[in-house]
Amino acid sequence: MTAVAAPRPATVDAVARGRTRRAARRRLVVAVLAVLVVAAFAASLMIGQTFYPPGDVLRVVLGQDVPGASFTVGRLRLPRAVLAVVAGLSFGLAGVTFQTMLRNPLASPDVIGITSGASAAAAFAIVFLGWSGTAVSVTAIVAALGVAVLMYTLAFTDGVAGTRLILIGIGIAAMSKSITSYVLSKAGAWDFAEALRWLTGSLNGTTWGATVPALLALVVLGPLLLVLTRDLSGLQLGDDTASALGIRVERTRITAIVGAVGLLAFATAACGPIAFVSFLAGPIAARIVGPNGSLLVPAALVGALLVLVADLVGQFALGTRFPVGVVTGVLGAPYLIYLIVRTNRAGGSL
Amino acid sequence: MTATHSLAAEALTLGYGDRTVIDELDLVVPPGRITAIVGANACGKSTLLRSMSRLLAPRGGQVLLDGKAVHRLPAKELARTLGLLPQSPIAPEGITVADLVGRGRHPHQGVFTRWRREDDEAVAAALEATQTTTLADRPVDELSGGQRQRVWIAMALAQQTDLLLLDEPTTFLDVAHQVEVLDLLTDLNRARGTTVVMVLHDLNMAARYADHLVALAAGRVHAAGTPEDVLTEDHVRAVFGLDSRVIVDPTSERPLMLPIGRHHMAAAAPRDVVRQVG
Repeated sequence: MTAVAAPRPATVDAVARGRTRRAARRRLVVAVLAVLVVAAFAASLMIGQTFYPPGDVLRVVLGQDVPGASFTVGRLRLPRAVLAVVAGLSFGLAGVTFQTMLRNPLASPDVIGITSGASAAAAFAIVFLGWSGTAVSVTAIVAALGVAVLMYTLAFTDGVAGTRLILIGIGIAAMSKSITSYVLSKAGAWDFAEALRWLTGSLNGTTWGATVPALLALVVLGPLLLVLTRDLSGLQLGDDTASALGIRVERTRITAIVGAVGLLAFATAACGPIAFVSFLAGPIAARIVGPNGSLLVPAALVGALLVLVADLVGQFALGTRFPVGVVTGVLGAPYLIYLIVRTNRAGGSL
Repeated sequence: MTATHSLAAEALTLGYGDRTVIDELDLVVPPGRITAIVGANACGKSTLLRSMSRLLAPRGGQVLLDGKAVHRLPAKELARTLGLLPQSPIAPEGITVADLVGRGRHPHQGVFTRWRREDDEAVAAALEATQTTTLADRPVDELSGGQRQRVWIAMALAQQTDLLLLDEPTTFLDVAHQVEVLDLLTDLNRARGTTVVMVLHDLNMAARYADHLVALAAGRVHAAGTPEDVLTEDHVRAVFGLDSRVIVDPTSERPLMLPIGRHHMAAAAPRDVVRQVG
């Protein structure tokens, strides 16, 4: 190796070019995903038992009175589509935050029990306590934070996030799901579709009352997580390296957990734990973006796209109406199996 | 650039759980020189290095950088002066060499600062110094062990710190790559005056490349000074519990330690003679 000197201009240019190329690739992916989300959003406003052309939909969105469309689009489809986008962005962003922070695609909040904890608490509050609205959201967020704190204390005692965290998380997820099932079995008056909301997530019967808290949470907590982007990229290099780069590891981790858990809890209180969206969004975004920088924004957009498309498919493509969580669950389960098989082949450590 | 930063430990006590690893240790790192820390397995070498870069909070005493306790310095300010390469850093799946080396710029960037020309220059200089320019667009997980270690060193170089701490930078490398890495660190020290502190396993490599050698035993500094003062038969026995002969290395004129085991001893160096010396 040669002595240390000022770099050759050619090398500096090559470094700059490579960086610009990676950034351009990432911007392109984000732009395409954003366009697709807008298109799917528009489609979910137009498609239904009655088809409304883009003109009618636009006029309803702008507040004009269109006979028929004003009710169907304005009162039924719009809150549902907005919640699909908000929940998708929230699940995607929160999921990829966990996966990045814990350096493991299996460490997504719906695999490790945080979403199902929130869902169990929400179902409990509604069925046994007769609560609704904000009280349910608060119960969900308290439960999700409780699960996160429990996992943090159980799994981080010697600063290792790995197999143990995921195994504890899977245990907690199983426990919460059994609580949800028990609660639902006690709620005789409920129909099956409503029960499915708290088991796999559903957008059926969405109102503005359910959508607005989740939207506000996204507006507040989304930017909080985006500000952490660089620090989270540093955490991927291991706690020691991150710390050596001047990242306050513990503070970053706690901020990220609180932000992500908040997003999950509000979205879950609105539409239930839409299965596997958190889990799938990050890895899909990683496939599309490649090693070209942070995945937070792309994963959030993938999450929104997943929920919108899965909801359309669940409503109209299959003859019977399925809740959105059933469709995403069908997509997610095989991927979970694939990941576990692959990590086992790679040497047994998760 | 001349490095005049002072780094020292004062009555430093470190431990994990209820186990004390370093016990009231005093240490002064000579500025602008290469220091190697040696010692038996589990004697606290890595623990000491982690605490000097404030990865581990002291139980007692303190680590002083320019007279100020490192555990009270702002994280980014410290990271612009003192860099650390841990023993087993983690490369995210699929990350390219240029991207990884660029992560070293973190302490020089704010949340909203854009990437600047000087960041590209720092990355380019680090790639050239470690001869990894041609690898810039390759994924790190496809590289050989030696290449990967050079890339990690490049990341630490891109951080542009006056002090550089390395935890066993030559482990898992074959002898040629070990020499290559240590030569690079010497270049860096001579060209920029960077203060280098490294934990090394190989006593002879440590004696050859270090200006200042620190031998740890039982959580304290057993001996510190020039390689000639520290790498002696008595110290090797005290620190490692190993009989040895120390001769002058004909290639470097630094001390060279030859271990004495129970087998393969030539008649010219009978074990009894050595035992008597002990």
